[in-house]
Amino acid sequence: MSTVTKADPAIPAGSANALNARRPLGDRGFQILALAAGLLVLVILVLITYTTAQQSVTWFSGGFKDIFQVAFDGNTHFGAMGVLFGTVISSVIGVIIGVPVSIGIALLLTQVVSVRWARPFVYVIDLLAVVPSVVWGLWGIIVLVPWLQKIYLDIASGVKGIPVLDALFGGSNVGGASFFTAGLILAIMITPIITSLSREVIATVPDIDKEGAYALGATRWEMIRGAVWPHSQGGVVGAILIGFGRAMGETIAVALVIGDSVEVSSHLFYSGHSIAAIIALQFGEATGGEFRSALIGLGLFLFVLTILVNLVARWFVERSARRARGA
Amino acid sequence: MMAAASDSLAQPVDLREPTGWRRSKNQIMTILMWLAFVIVLIPLGFVLVTLVAKGAAAISWQFLTNSTIPPNVLPLGTGGMGAAVVGTLEVTGFASLIAIPLGVLGAVYLNEYGGNRILAQLISFMSNVMTGVPSIVMGLFIYIIWVTHFGYSGLAGSFALACLMLPIVIRSSYEMLRLVPDSLRQGSYALGASKARVTLTIVLPAALSGIVSGALLAVARAAGETAPVLFTMLTVEQTNSNLFSGPNTTLPFQIFMNAQSAYVGANARAWGAALTLVAITFILMIAARIITSLFTRNTR
Repeated sequence: MSTVTKADPAIPAGSANALNARRPLGDRGFQILALAAGLLVLVILVLITYTTAQQSVTWFSGGFKDIFQVAFDGNTHFGAMGVLFGTVISSVIGVIIGVPVSIGIALLLTQVVSVRWARPFVYVIDLLAVVPSVVWGLWGIIVLVPWLQKIYLDIASGVKGIPVLDALFGGSNVGGASFFTAGLILAIMITPIITSLSREVIATVPDIDKEGAYALGATRWEMIRGAVWPHSQGGVVGAILIGFGRAMGETIAVALVIGDSVEVSSHLFYSGHSIAAIIALQFGEATGGEFRSALIGLGLFLFVLTILVNLVARWFVERSARRARGA
Repeated sequence: MMAAASDSLAQPVDLREPTGWRRSKNQIMTILMWLAFVIVLIPLGFVLVTLVAKGAAAISWQFLTNSTIPPNVLPLGTGGMGAAVVGTLEVTGFASLIAIPLGVLGAVYLNEYGGNRILAQLISFMSNVMTGVPSIVMGLFIYIIWVTHFGYSGLAGSFALACLMLPIVIRSSYEMLRLVPDSLRQGSYALGASKARVTLTIVLPAALSGIVSGALLAVARAAGETAPVLFTMLTVEQTNSNLFSGPNTTLPFQIFMNAQSAYVGANARAWGAALTLVAITFILMIAARIITSLFTRNTR
């Protein structure tokens, strides 16, 4: 915890090595056990990479032409681009909708509402996180999709002929289960994690900065812009990236509402597919060698993608935490 | 003096009243923050109301205990979700038995033994990263290393869920162990206890309620996961109480299957199963909250 190096009282005086033979056997055994449990994290991550890579060799050996195509039909086409597009687009929609809301709530709970009253608000936001993914999916497909279908159709006929809007929200294949619906569900699902991580970062802003801003006559919003935001920027960016990573890996809710058709299209109200969703929906029927290998390969692809996003995000968060400590 | 400072923090002293635009901008932004909260309440309220309304209509004693899951064309009256309820409790329970001890041990390593070593920092960082690994990848992983060799079973599902829970338990336990004051450790060392003994009899009990509440949240999260059990357990129509062999099924799995079906009976069963699942996770979450609040009162 503290960064000051100090003598470990558990080590008998004069022994340099923590695993010294003078310590009782049970004591050393426990330390080895704890170390093994810690190492398990690394072992699992390495094994995931190794086993999925090994199982997807058939797909990768098909060459880049095979992977860099849109179509994925489980028969002759096993392209990654169509599903990757769906994953990225739905997650980006989720982040665009979810982030302003999350940051708004984080600021509300830290700067506007007093600490005592913030508790019940936090419980409510936590409730969102406790509702399982499959329940959001169930609600999405049975309640939300039919309802949104009408709205989408209205919007699509409204924007007909308007250049950019028509390409985004128009089109003739508009359906309730679409990239946008998946994005909406993702926005709801990533709000709790972005809110709680942002709240943690914002809470580290020193009171003296905020008081200083007020002393200069700033309004609350000017104080947030001038004192809170510069201090917590990095951490909030990290929180957003972690939310983005979660959105990309979200499986069941997306599988139920994205529409189950591999497509690359600028039309956000068209049905599509995502990497996680296609694995969930088609792995059961993928008995053929290349089909199964391709789905496992997509899993590896998703794994590496989320690991990279999370690495960058954690780097942002830890850097901002270090700054907050004043190092 | 302190009181005056915190008062002025909550309500800036209007030595010079902000001019019109600055003031309205402040008010607009405050309203937008409240609006953000209200926006989140809408889907949450919507989903909970639908869940309770449709789920309560489906749930009965027969629904919760009857061990035969009927084909999805049949209406609600026949059969029940007993198999899935038993499966959920078994699989999640066993996953907790694996992940919680290992997670707590991992946290003990990070906080008590690791110190500033590179390895400990790496494990700490990677356990953070691992919480972001998609649950479907865990399912694929267990499918490859376990199911292809030993076949589908509840045990395989437990392994997948345990992989998911492990980093969550490590993180939450680690945060709790950090709060245990060093003076407790030093006092026990002064009495001549070994490090393992200090950890097991002093440090862990001191952090116990925090660790338990973190673990319960991890259990709640695992109980609701569908993706990891999708290709590790297959599915059954009859209760399979043997965790170690033969396909099994869980509530999230049944919700997923029935949600994709167009039949009225299937949809009703999905809502009933969803309400049961959410009730289980809420009970776990409330238990975690109660334990946490007891804990904070004790330390004060």
